[in-house]
Formats: sequence, structure tokens, C-alpha cells
Amino acid sequence: MTTQGRVWVFGDNIDTDGIIPARYLTTFDAKELGAHCMEDVDPEFSSKVKPGDVLVAGKNFGCGSSREHAVLAIKGAGIAAVLAESFARIFFRNAINTGLLVLEADGVRGVFDTGDTVRVDVKSGTIVNETKGRSLTAKPVPAFIQEILDAGGLMEYAKKKLQTDAR
Amino acid sequence: MGMTITEKILAAHSGNKQVRPDDLIMAKVDFVMGNDVTAPLAISQLKKYGLGGVFDLSRVALVPSHFSPPKDIKAANNVRVLREFAKEKGIVNFFELGAAGIEHALLPEQGLVLPGDLVIGADSHTCTYGALGAFSTGVGSTDLAYAIAMGEVWLKVPPSLKFCYEGKRQPYVYGKDLILYTIGHVGVDGALYCAMEFVGGVIESMSIQERLTMCNMAIEAGGKSGIISPDATTEAFVKPRAKRPYSFYASDEDAEYERIYEFCVDGIEPQVALPNLPSNACPISEVGEVKIDQAFLGSCTNGCLEDLEIGAKVIKGKRVHSDVRLIVIPATPTIYKDAMEKGILKTFLEAGAVVSTPTCGPCLGGYMGVLGDGEKAVSSSNRNFVGRMGSPKSEVYLANPAVVAASAVAGKIVHPDDVQ
Repeated sequence: MTTQGRVWVFGDNIDTDGIIPARYLTTFDAKELGAHCMEDVDPEFSSKVKPGDVLVAGKNFGCGSSREHAVLAIKGAGIAAVLAESFARIFFRNAINTGLLVLEADGVRGVFDTGDTVRVDVKSGTIVNETKGRSLTAKPVPAFIQEILDAGGLMEYAKKKLQTDAR
Repeated sequence: MGMTITEKILAAHSGNKQVRPDDLIMAKVDFVMGNDVTAPLAISQLKKYGLGGVFDLSRVALVPSHFSPPKDIKAANNVRVLREFAKEKGIVNFFELGAAGIEHALLPEQGLVLPGDLVIGADSHTCTYGALGAFSTGVGSTDLAYAIAMGEVWLKVPPSLKFCYEGKRQPYVYGKDLILYTIGHVGVDGALYCAMEFVGGVIESMSIQERLTMCNMAIEAGGKSGIISPDATTEAFVKPRAKRPYSFYASDEDAEYERIYEFCVDGIEPQVALPNLPSNACPISEVGEVKIDQAFLGSCTNGCLEDLEIGAKVIKGKRVHSDVRLIVIPATPTIYKDAMEKGILKTFLEAGAVVSTPTCGPCLGGYMGVLGDGEKAVSSSNRNFVGRMGSPKSEVYLANPAVVAASAVAGKIVHPDDVQ
């Protein structure tokens, strides 16, 4: 699987209040949340972002609260993937569990500017900046996590597991 | 090779003799918690995927806390989802208004989370219960849904970091100050994915409340969990309220730690985390002149009886500054009642504070004290990110309850000694 898109670069420690402020947490409709994605970091972001775009960030992306609404807001804004130097752990779990493509790669933030085009080969973990002609490799995904991803998320994994147990 | 307390609990819950950092395990959970923000999404996932079972009706808690009493129609409907799900399934621990409070104060108070437990909660501050000697961590709504149905959670065994505190604390230095100091030392990702184990003479001398405060903020250093070995203080707290048996675990002498930090607390002043990260901890003597519009005493970090007592002691017989709104929120109905009986609420009201019903409300800019453009607040809560308590143009300074109360009187951030 390959994904290609336009890049938006963010810094270190982008927190979940920044990704989706708490004032919108009374809904979990992805479209509604997507309209407010990154609102307190960049108020115009949701009007500029296009389906298939990719976020590139520094360290500790998604720190703060456990709100899965942060992943929903990113998906609802049409963002195809998040590439970061590191992720806060609850955000990372939420992304894996619900099938948002997230890859960790050392130095990824320094390789991109906003507006560049990125191509990501999910299987090999290759990340290519097509604008600048530079590439790097994401950290490999552990086998167990790959199993959840292959099942189509944690709930599909649960369904499969219950079916297997019943047999 | 020895194991840490965290590794022992995780091994015991995953059917392993031994686990090591980075092992991926499927672990049985003892208790699962969701609130009015995270549980509606989990319940919708369970319905969507046709998973109808609940692993154990007595080991799931649904706690309306963030926007409860409901702030608007959507919030009321979210609580309805929790209420109806609890009724339909027969979940015992749904906390209706009157019994509901902030989950991280409520569950330990009610004896629902216990030493040796493996607890997950769909709220990042679930790490709080580590103060009782449990492994406890925050997850999202899908993990919550999975755990409600299956009674288990996938986990990567975290490396442990040991934080040792020795020496004698200065007056007005509490668990809150030590954890802010620690986060300032390691940074907001300094404990990323790790278990933070707090040890040493200072920890041993701490009340359960202070221990809860320290473990509560492990997440602000990126930690997966915070944990303190249970001892006589833990036993005294847990024994009268435990709803089921529990076990004490302790780290082996030869357990392995990724890093060990040793702090002498003698020179540590009350700490203030400056905007906009909890790691911007600063000794109060170096904060400078910061005028405030609001002071907030409450939250899962510092909303317990002991915290209110500390604040009331500082403010007794004084008046809140005319430019400041002081908002006091007891974390649970029991704390509210105890504070009322002890005259603590009267002290605050006489000083010109407002005392509100138990809720997370202002801590996350939800309601009951949202900040406007350009406003500054000193808060006993846990996060000071941009826009955390309201306007993205507002600023939040994190401090302990005594500093919050003193600052409310002075109209600016001050050391409690400055208003005595």
C-alpha cells in the first residue's frame, strides 16, 4: 500500500488540546471534529487542508489527553497519515486501534517543509520527499501491532478472536 | 534476574513467570473505567461491531465527570448513553449525579481500584491509581470498548524509571511540587512509554493524597504509568474501603531500571509551571510579577479533602483579591460533604470564593470557569497547554493548593508566606 500527499509540518509536543480543543468533545462525529482540527494551533488549518494530505511532526505528537477524538478529527479532516519523530503513547494506540496510518521516523521533521509532496510505502516503511528528492525509513512495526492493523483495527481483531474462540 | 513492581503485576496478569521491557502482552484487567467524553464512543463501537457482552459487570465503572452536571444538550445526551448502557447491561458502577465525581478521586475513595490491580481507563490521568501500588494506565475509547467486551488489553511492557526523593521538605512543598519539579527535570516526553516508579524516604512519608497527585501527573512526562510500592499508609487507606481482595507487590533488589534519578528535596521551593507546558516548572521565587484573573482549586490532581484543607488554611480570615475569581471544586460528593462538615467550604465562601459541584469542568476549559482572551489563571490542575482552560489567548500557571489560595488573595502569583 502506498499513500501520496501534500505535507503540513508541525513542531514538537503537539498536544491533543491543540489537535481538537475540549470544547468540541461533546460529539464524536469525525466530519464535525475535522472542521475544528488543529484550530488552536492554526485557525485556518481546516479550510486549507485537503483529503489525502499528510501531517509531519516532531517529537511527542498527540501528548496530553486520551481523547480518541484527536484521531477522529485528523481522519475527519481527510488526513491520510501522520509521520512523526515520536508519538505520545495513547495517541499512538488510538491510531493503531482505529486504523489511522502513523509512522515513527527519526529526523522526519527536518526532511520536509509544508507544501512538499510525500510518498509513503507502508510495507517497507519508506518515506520519500518527492519535492526534495530525499528519503528515509520508518521504524518497523512490531508483529503483534501489524496483526491488529491487518485485522482492520482492534474491534475487528476482537470479532475475529471471539469467532476463533467459539470454534 | 529480578523484576520491578510494574513487571511483576504485568507478569501476573498475562500468565507469564517473567516479563521484560518491550514484550508485547495481552493482559487481564481487574478494573475498567470510562467517562462521559470517552465512553459514548466506546459504546457506539461495541454496538457497531456487535459485541454485546460485558466481561464482568462489577468491574466496569462509567463516571460522568467532564461535562457533568451536563453543560448542554449534547453533554446530557452523552450521559444518557452511559446511563442506558449501564441499565441495559446491569453495570453496577454507573455513578449518577449525586454519587458522581471526578473519576480519579472517586474510584480510590470507593475502594474500586486496589493494590496489585491492572487497571485501564479511557482517560489519560488513569495513571493516578499507581499511588496504591496498581499498574494503571490511560487508553482511548476503542481500547475501552475492547476491554469491556474481552476483559483484557494489549500492552507493551514499559521500561521502568526510578525516581528517588530524600531529604526534608520546606514548608508548602507537596507532592504536586515534587512532580512538577520532576517533569521540569525530565521534560514532557522524558518518561515517554515508561513506568515512573517513585521511591525514597520522602515518598514513604507522604499521605495517599500526595501520592495520588504525583502518580496523576506521570502522563505529563509522557509516562505510561506512575507507581508507588504499597506500605502501611496504603494498607490503612485501602483496608476499610476495599470491595475485593488485593495484593501488595514490590520491586526486587536486582530489578533493572532504564534510568535512576536521585533528588535531594531540601532546596526545592514550591513550583509553578509557566505556560504552555507542564515541564516549564520554575521555583516560585523566580516567577516574577504575574497578575491573575482566576484561581482554580480542584481537579483530579488536587481536588481532595487534604488539598481543600491546605487552601482553606492559607485563606482563612482573608479576602480574595477584588480582581480575582477563586473557584473551588471538591472532587467527589463525599469530599464535598466532609469539607462542609469541617467548615472548609464556609472558610472559602467567607473569603469570597465560589464553591462548585464536583466536575472536571474548568480544568479542560469545559465549563464552570472558562478563561477569556488574554486572561491568566493559577490552577491546581495538571495541564497548561495553549487553550487548555479556554481561550487560546489565555494562560495557565500550574501550582499547589496553598499557592493557588495565596495567589487568589494577593491578586498575583505569590508564595503562601507572602500573605501570612
